[in-house]
Amino acid sequence: MISQENPSLWQDQLYDSLRRHGITLFSYVPDAGHAIIINRSLNDPNATSVPLTTEEEGVALLAGAHLGDKRGVLLMQSSGVGNCINMLSLIAIGRFPFVTVISMRGDFGEQNPWQFPMGQGTQPCLEAMGTRCYRVETSSEVAPTVDAATGMAYRSDQSVAILLSQRLIGAKKF
Amino acid sequence: MTNVQKTQINEDFLLDRRTAVPAVIGEPSDFLIISGLSGAARDIGYLTEETPNAYLLGGAMGAAASMGLGLALAQPERRVLIVSGDGEFLMNVSSLATIGHMRPSNLAMLCIDNGRYGETGNQESHTYRTADLAAIAHGSGIDITMTVRSEDQFEQAARALRSESGPSFVVLRVNDGAPADYARNFDAVETKANFRRALLAGY
Repeated sequence: MISQENPSLWQDQLYDSLRRHGITLFSYVPDAGHAIIINRSLNDPNATSVPLTTEEEGVALLAGAHLGDKRGVLLMQSSGVGNCINMLSLIAIGRFPFVTVISMRGDFGEQNPWQFPMGQGTQPCLEAMGTRCYRVETSSEVAPTVDAATGMAYRSDQSVAILLSQRLIGAKKF
Repeated sequence: MTNVQKTQINEDFLLDRRTAVPAVIGEPSDFLIISGLSGAARDIGYLTEETPNAYLLGGAMGAAASMGLGLALAQPERRVLIVSGDGEFLMNVSSLATIGHMRPSNLAMLCIDNGRYGETGNQESHTYRTADLAAIAHGSGIDITMTVRSEDQFEQAARALRSESGPSFVVLRVNDGAPADYARNFDAVETKANFRRALLAGY
């Protein structure tokens, strides 16, 4: 990894911020950019971790959790956004609060050409389905962006994506 | 050139959904219910008269199973029932692997399996000839599974849906007759608010 920032620092901050906002359900398709957060949730006795087979499951899972008054987050790589598109119609038409944290691929410094198409399409796809996107480029933006996103989701029933740039997470070397 | 041969049609789509679904579910207020779109939503809307313990999907095909899992994890003290058609379960069939992995003991699933896409002109689904959703559920780690083909299995199916050592998955083989004639509420915000309000008030 060509890492721009110490990953354990900002990933721990990200986990702590999500937990501080009452998020206890961590659904994910694994990604290196989320490795620390996933492990923190697996080791947290007050959190529930749900490994998904495909990202769209997480969209519907969080809507169901909201019906049951539980807060959750969907952790995924940008390539998974394409799998979520139609499921986001549930979030839009039901005005469900929705928070997803997306580690970008096909972004700054990407070295695997297969990642570029969906990386390019990530934000337009999300916005087309009514999800607001906020990019995080540096570790100092992580906690404030989680504050903003969770507030918008749970106070105003908004659908919000936090896009973790490859400037922050670093580009994987091939 | 490959020769593609059609496999045999299953001959056991016999039950009438309008009597079988209510018989197997029994008292609907025993459950928090997530219903998949289309015919299942009409059957459940008719059965419950849309009491706020039921949330009926009208689109987002494939959402019901995952949504029910989220609800079951959020409300471990309540019994959650997912009701949906074979086409809807097939569309997000790997969600059964996630449910098998999480093993929520308070979650039950009822698949109204007519082997067809009833809403779009009764085209064959994959269960019409080959796919066995109960076997897929079992292979996904869901221990309690059964396929109901006749009325004498209704009582056992009703018990499976109420098992405290779930998750359970019940396939109800029904014919291609119409679902309940019921005009359901399509306002997903209103039904969400009603569901949450009732649940948080202890309904």
